[in-house]
Amino acid sequence: MGYRLTNEQMNNVWNELKNVYDIYAPKCYAGGGRFSDTDSIRYGKVESIDEVVFDKKSEYSAKELISPNAETLFYFSEDHVNVGGENIEKKKDILILLRSCDLHAIKRFDQIYLGQGPADFYYERLRKKLKFMVMGCTTSFDNCFCVDTETNKIDTYDMSIDKRGEEFFIDCKLEQFEDVLKSVGTEVADATPSFVTETKTRVNIPESVPTSIIKNELWDQYDSRCIACGRCNFVCPTCTCFTMQDIFYTDNGKAGERRRVAASCMVDGYSDVAGGGSYRKKNGERMRYKVLHKISDYKKRTGETMCVGCGRCDDICPEYISYSNCINILSEACKEVAGNE
Amino acid sequence: MNNNAYVPFSSKIKEVIRHTPIEYTFRMEYTGDVKPGQFFEVSIPKFGEAPISVSGIGDGLIDLTIRRVGKVTNEVFEKYEGSSLLLRGPYGNGFDVNDYAGSEVVIVAGGTGVSPVRGVIDHLGSHPEMHKGLTLIAGFKSDEDMLFRKDFERWENQMNLILTVDKGEPTAKRRVGLVTEFIPTLDIKDIDTAKAIVVGPPAMMRFSVMALLDRGFKEENIWISHERKMCCGIGKCGHCRINDKYVCLDGPVFPYTIGKDLID
Repeated sequence: MGYRLTNEQMNNVWNELKNVYDIYAPKCYAGGGRFSDTDSIRYGKVESIDEVVFDKKSEYSAKELISPNAETLFYFSEDHVNVGGENIEKKKDILILLRSCDLHAIKRFDQIYLGQGPADFYYERLRKKLKFMVMGCTTSFDNCFCVDTETNKIDTYDMSIDKRGEEFFIDCKLEQFEDVLKSVGTEVADATPSFVTETKTRVNIPESVPTSIIKNELWDQYDSRCIACGRCNFVCPTCTCFTMQDIFYTDNGKAGERRRVAASCMVDGYSDVAGGGSYRKKNGERMRYKVLHKISDYKKRTGETMCVGCGRCDDICPEYISYSNCINILSEACKEVAGNE
Repeated sequence: MNNNAYVPFSSKIKEVIRHTPIEYTFRMEYTGDVKPGQFFEVSIPKFGEAPISVSGIGDGLIDLTIRRVGKVTNEVFEKYEGSSLLLRGPYGNGFDVNDYAGSEVVIVAGGTGVSPVRGVIDHLGSHPEMHKGLTLIAGFKSDEDMLFRKDFERWENQMNLILTVDKGEPTAKRRVGLVTEFIPTLDIKDIDTAKAIVVGPPAMMRFSVMALLDRGFKEENIWISHERKMCCGIGKCGHCRINDKYVCLDGPVFPYTIGKDLID
């Protein structure tokens, strides 16, 4: 059902939600930006609706909550293995406020961590505790291109929230909160969130990518432009790769933990095999590997693009490399190859 | 905890077979289904995990042939009979020996590439009724690098064995030359149905497949096995992905018709 609420009413509902959930949303970290005197918008626990940032894109996605940069898999001592994070089951469920694109990204996580191969124990355990509140988008932000990736709309949310002027509109699919919303707010016929239907940035995703494109010269420019820092991967809401890492607490060699840490296919070492071999030494080859996964290789397995069009990779790149522009260059190259064949 | 694929189990080392100073086979306790070509994640707390292919399968045991080339494998070499390693697996598709039944079979293996096919060689070698002729071309850098010496003595009587080293003087037991040099003159009666398996370093596989195709082998009758850095073994960590395939889930054994389009 849909409801209209004032700021005060919204905070009353918020308190009810907080009894059940730990709520995470994009919030402002003053002075936390990457340049001096700039703020950072990223995910954190929010106590009131006033903390939630509605008018800007979060620099990092909700991935930070569900796939932390380092996650302990288990602890080991001399003869014991103890699985990490067992107390999660005793904690409150988690409500995450996120945009349509980022909820689509959660579907990509579900596919990789639950859908292909055996289910990931840690993701599955956390996933059961997650609820999602979609934040409406009235206009697109810089570098967004979700319409072209078909991730601008979604209806598989638990709740939605739209901030229109000073008022909030909530579409609630969780029965347990209907009573509160009804008593606090005003019922409205339609409170489905705003979804953008056009974006300033446009990408032309090629229908099919010929194998020969792998050797195309279009990738060469990234050999020198890209510095292989991996920021594009770390801000990407659909990058799920990790590397195993063992650490020890003391020097006696008896107790420690095995973690998985975020990995980037753009960074050195990603493809190293024992004995000194490695694949994709050039940064252009890594760019190609990433871009083709996002718009083609993942699609071959699942039928949809991996990329959700959030544009964060373009926002963050220190070398001002545009991934969306790369897709368009690729698209033209694909047409050219098809024309020649 | 059973549904947690990341937690390893402890397996006792029953025997250590020393092939070369840097290559040992660790005979491990293991009960369960496993196929040649599959792999286990072998780990030692503090040093991490490494994917290692199964080089032999026996009653209640598996062989893991390990080359001492990295952080984990260096530490594995500090272990001896009676101590334990942590394992999880088996992962990957492995070879299906039935793919090769009823045909002439050629197996081309280079260096540690012999490990993943050793089970296939042994099976076909001891079941002559399964095939119409078995040739093994096994190449090593030098005599010092040779693995599975005892096996070759047995295999010599079971199949057409071409054992070769890249460098050295010819001897009665082995030849000199790259594995690819012996492919053009292979004696094959029905080239249209003959099957081939190629396993080894990337360049060796590439040139061996080219030689097999030149010899007349059909693409659909060739299988290859890839080596990649598999951190998870269950299709999550991403390191082993090539195009839309995960070496750990869809491979490491690929029919060449699929494998030829896998470009890193």
